[in-house]
Amino acid sequence: MKEKLQSIKETTLAQIEAAVDVATLNDIKVAVLGKKGELTQVLKSMKDVAPEDRPKVGQMVNDTRQVIEEVLEAKTKSINSAIRAEKMKRETIDVTLPGIKKIDGHRHPNQIALEDLERVFIGMGYEVVEGPEIEYDKYNFELLNIPANHPAKDEQDTFYINKEILLRTQTSPVQARIMEQGKLPIRILSPGRVFRSDEVDATHSPSFHQVEGLVIDKNITMADLKGTLDQFAKEFFGEKTKTKFRPHHFPFTEPSAEVDITCFKCGGKGCRVCKGSGWIEILGCGMVHPHVLEMCGIDPNEYSGFAFGIGLERVTLLKYEIDDMRLLYENDTRFLNQF
Amino acid sequence: MNTPISWLKVYVPDLDVDINEFVDKMTLSGSHVECYEKKDKNLEKIVVGKIETMEQHPDADKLVVCQVNIGAETIQIVTGAKNVKVGDVIPVVLDGGKVAAAHGDNNEYPDGIKIKKGKLRGVESNGMMCGIEELGSSRDFYPEAPEDGVYVFPEDSGVKPGDDAVEALGLRDAVVEYEITSNRVDCFSIIGMAREVAATFDKEFIPPVVEVKGSGGNVNDYISVEVKDPDLCPRYVARVVTDIKIGPSPKWMRERLAAQGIRSINNLVDITNYVMEEYGQPMHAFDLDTIAGNKIVVKRAKDGDKFTTLDGQERTLDSEVLMICDGEKEVAIAGIMGGENSMVTDDIKTLLFEAACFDGTNIRLSTKRIGLSTDASSKFVKGLDPNLALEAINRACQLIEELGCGKVVDGVVDAYANPVNDKELPFEPEKMNALLGTDVSPEQMLKYFDKLGLKYDEKTNMLTIPTFRQDLNCMADLAEEVARFYGYDNIPVTLPHGESTAGKKSFAERINDVARNICEANGFSGAMCYSFESPKVFDKLLIPADSSYRNAIEIMNPLGEDFSIMRTISLNGLLTSLSTNYNRKNKNARLYELANVYIPKALPLTELPDEKMKLTMGMYGDGDFFTLKGVVEEMFDKLGFGATVEFEPTTEHPFLHPGRQAVIKKGNLELGYMGQLHPEVGDNYKIKADVIVAVIDMATVTMLSTFDRKYEGIAKFPGMTRDLSLVVDKTIFVGQIEKVIKKCGGKLLESYKLFDVYEGEQVAEGKKSVAYTMTFRAKDRTLEDSEVSAIIDKILKELGKLGIEIRA
Repeated sequence: MKEKLQSIKETTLAQIEAAVDVATLNDIKVAVLGKKGELTQVLKSMKDVAPEDRPKVGQMVNDTRQVIEEVLEAKTKSINSAIRAEKMKRETIDVTLPGIKKIDGHRHPNQIALEDLERVFIGMGYEVVEGPEIEYDKYNFELLNIPANHPAKDEQDTFYINKEILLRTQTSPVQARIMEQGKLPIRILSPGRVFRSDEVDATHSPSFHQVEGLVIDKNITMADLKGTLDQFAKEFFGEKTKTKFRPHHFPFTEPSAEVDITCFKCGGKGCRVCKGSGWIEILGCGMVHPHVLEMCGIDPNEYSGFAFGIGLERVTLLKYEIDDMRLLYENDTRFLNQF
Repeated sequence: MNTPISWLKVYVPDLDVDINEFVDKMTLSGSHVECYEKKDKNLEKIVVGKIETMEQHPDADKLVVCQVNIGAETIQIVTGAKNVKVGDVIPVVLDGGKVAAAHGDNNEYPDGIKIKKGKLRGVESNGMMCGIEELGSSRDFYPEAPEDGVYVFPEDSGVKPGDDAVEALGLRDAVVEYEITSNRVDCFSIIGMAREVAATFDKEFIPPVVEVKGSGGNVNDYISVEVKDPDLCPRYVARVVTDIKIGPSPKWMRERLAAQGIRSINNLVDITNYVMEEYGQPMHAFDLDTIAGNKIVVKRAKDGDKFTTLDGQERTLDSEVLMICDGEKEVAIAGIMGGENSMVTDDIKTLLFEAACFDGTNIRLSTKRIGLSTDASSKFVKGLDPNLALEAINRACQLIEELGCGKVVDGVVDAYANPVNDKELPFEPEKMNALLGTDVSPEQMLKYFDKLGLKYDEKTNMLTIPTFRQDLNCMADLAEEVARFYGYDNIPVTLPHGESTAGKKSFAERINDVARNICEANGFSGAMCYSFESPKVFDKLLIPADSSYRNAIEIMNPLGEDFSIMRTISLNGLLTSLSTNYNRKNKNARLYELANVYIPKALPLTELPDEKMKLTMGMYGDGDFFTLKGVVEEMFDKLGFGATVEFEPTTEHPFLHPGRQAVIKKGNLELGYMGQLHPEVGDNYKIKADVIVAVIDMATVTMLSTFDRKYEGIAKFPGMTRDLSLVVDKTIFVGQIEKVIKKCGGKLLESYKLFDVYEGEQVAEGKKSVAYTMTFRAKDRTLEDSEVSAIIDKILKELGKLGIEIRA
């Protein structure tokens, strides 16, 4: 009996070893382990074995069965693996072929620059608000300390609808509108379209965008203005950016300043973008004029504040090195696709 | 405003800074330097030489060989110049030196021209004699220079061999150009800038001491002045000079004017120009013999008056132009230009000087109406200090005496009805520090003020503001003066503290962002178009004459017709951009714009119009009506109300294809419209492709939008799917069928989807086949077959009323 089992085992293992496909293995499985298989036959002949030897022989049969099953299993796995490997080899693709992209639209570069700007100031607690593009003279000029005879009010500079109503020349009227509402403190950012009577050329457009900032609270100082814009410049143009505040004049702020930043292209060494100076002028700002506060119903003895105005197109043109402002209004997709 | 450094040094003698430091510090103290030009740029190793001997060149007829004494040595120079002779003193550039330009060409040499020794026709030449052009200047400023040839120093110039020739010619100088802000009228003068320079560099400021000796007589015997319109002429000062001797002005005056870019004419003209630059006060000179009635009258002109200015042009006046008249006639347009009839000629014997203050706004508006702007008017428009006039006219008379140009008659005629006096402001150092965020000591502040000419009275604690500082009116103005000289860069850097505020965007702007994202995800790029356009746009868009679109706001002073009305419809900008793309052969283009249209409440405008934010989308190339419709639907889905939006066929938009346009609605609310562009409009925009557009009103969309969502669970019970294939009249829109499906499907209808529309051989003429798949599901149980069948029957019965049958 023992010899027979040994012989079945050896023959079967040899057959398994020799098998090259899964079908042969199945045949072997049926022939040896199946209902009428050799090993099953051996079990059936157990009745001829002495009762005291039966557990021992039974054990031997089971051991043989287990060995054969394990080897069969391993062989099946190895053949399947080989088949799959062969299949995958045939399935090889050229991974260097181009990817399939869906056609994506592009944000207008001016809008991208605006959103970058908004992100910085929203992070500093500013609320984004908008004001009307067609505006009263009162808000655009009068409440901003720009008197009736000021040259800025000339028809050469301002588009008028009638004597009282005009196309706003700046986003600053939003300052007056917000202050007039009287809810303090104020921290707002107001982007929008403005209009000036400039003929269209590479650096001028009769319509462009400004972003106005206004902070009114108790104890606001010029140092706060410097700190705020310094932080903005670092966030927007890069951590190493330095700012330079130069005295300037605006009717609605006092003291007033223009702000230069170190050139973000050359870092201040001097290049084409900064015309060799290492500095780029980016905005105007100042402490809100006490007379403006008064006209808008805020007590200048109790409150102070600062305001700043950024020319959005200027920032966009600089940031993306666009050399002609007209491109922004042409909307050629070959231009827009680059952003 | 330009200033030569050399002229500033006349009033700030201790100024001794490098040009780069000068430029930086002046900019930081508020006088923004636009640029500067070094007069000695590219002038190197140029000395004074004296020609000792001159011999004919052995091999060249046109050349001579000179021995030139240059102080330390004598060198040999070969030259072709014809105007030099032995004994002449001339500028010589030595070996290795540089000159600014080449003789006889008009090319620019940004880096100059290097001069090396060499041989000319075999004879050694160790330098070059220079003409005035080679020194970067011209005969305009050095009239003594020859037309063609080497500059020869005049005998009285006092230069000697070996001297720095550049210095001797007054070219060791730089001219600085500033951007002066409109509030600093006083800085449009050399004296005003010198005061700023002295304050910036903490040096002593020494203004000219003005003294007129006088030659007797009484000015009132020569002239009287009457100002009839004092609102336009706050002050008019006149003086008289007799025995005029016209001649050249001295070198120092010519050089200072030259550095300012002003050509010397004669002593009289030069003095008025000099004082205008020095004090910022324009002056006018009349030939007194042409003044009728010994009388000056200042008054407004009459509408339509004609007047010939000294440039020979006839000008038409109006009743807002201020004129200077004599006893009979007009003699000058006040502050702008004198008349031909009273101009100074070489024969002048007696001169009438005018220094006046005219209303800046009036002069500005007059120059624009007349179309004539002059150096003088550009000073007046800034609004001069009336107290400047007397000082300036006396300065001019002083120069007349110093230059021996005439005899100044004693006395001044001064028509000055309401003198402007200095004002006072309290000195409030704590408030200034609080505004600036600084800790500047009161003593330091007072030092700054003193340098600026503001006197402090300790007893009253008041600062006296001189009238030339019209811009200083309150504490904040004074704080700026402190900040300027303390240095903006020395102000600390802090952040606002106090109550914190929530940073945010408005809800409407968040909705706009969703719209942008959906557009871009579907291939539409952001466009930017003008808010104003031509009224011709309406015809281009086939908009009828009585349409409310034509009630557009007109700009009073547009940049031409193309920019003359505020848009009431947003399509033109985008169609123009699509046309640009089409005509530049871009195969596909998809653009969107989010911007306002302007709808007046009434015309003419009495209150602000409604500014309506529109999302405008336009495309040509790949895709059709349904491509764009899908984008619009996706947007409404994202904004939380897509399921209830309907697209109804319409023909109301004349610029769209009558069979391919829809109004977009939710209930009775109109959200916008979309459709294919009318081919005629396409022709008008020169686009030969099908253009699909959509215009959506963002205020309505924002009102309906919500970011609130509620989890409704995932279906636990199986759904049941039924397909329905229908035969329908071609004229029926699937929207009608879907309305029935939705209505009859009730709660159990989970979804439906159109999966086929077919027209052709398989269906009868005039019919189409439409196929839907519908899914039914209950939330709380498995549906019975019979329940679904009942619904289907109901749908079919309703559809039957529209003549729709199930397809066999």
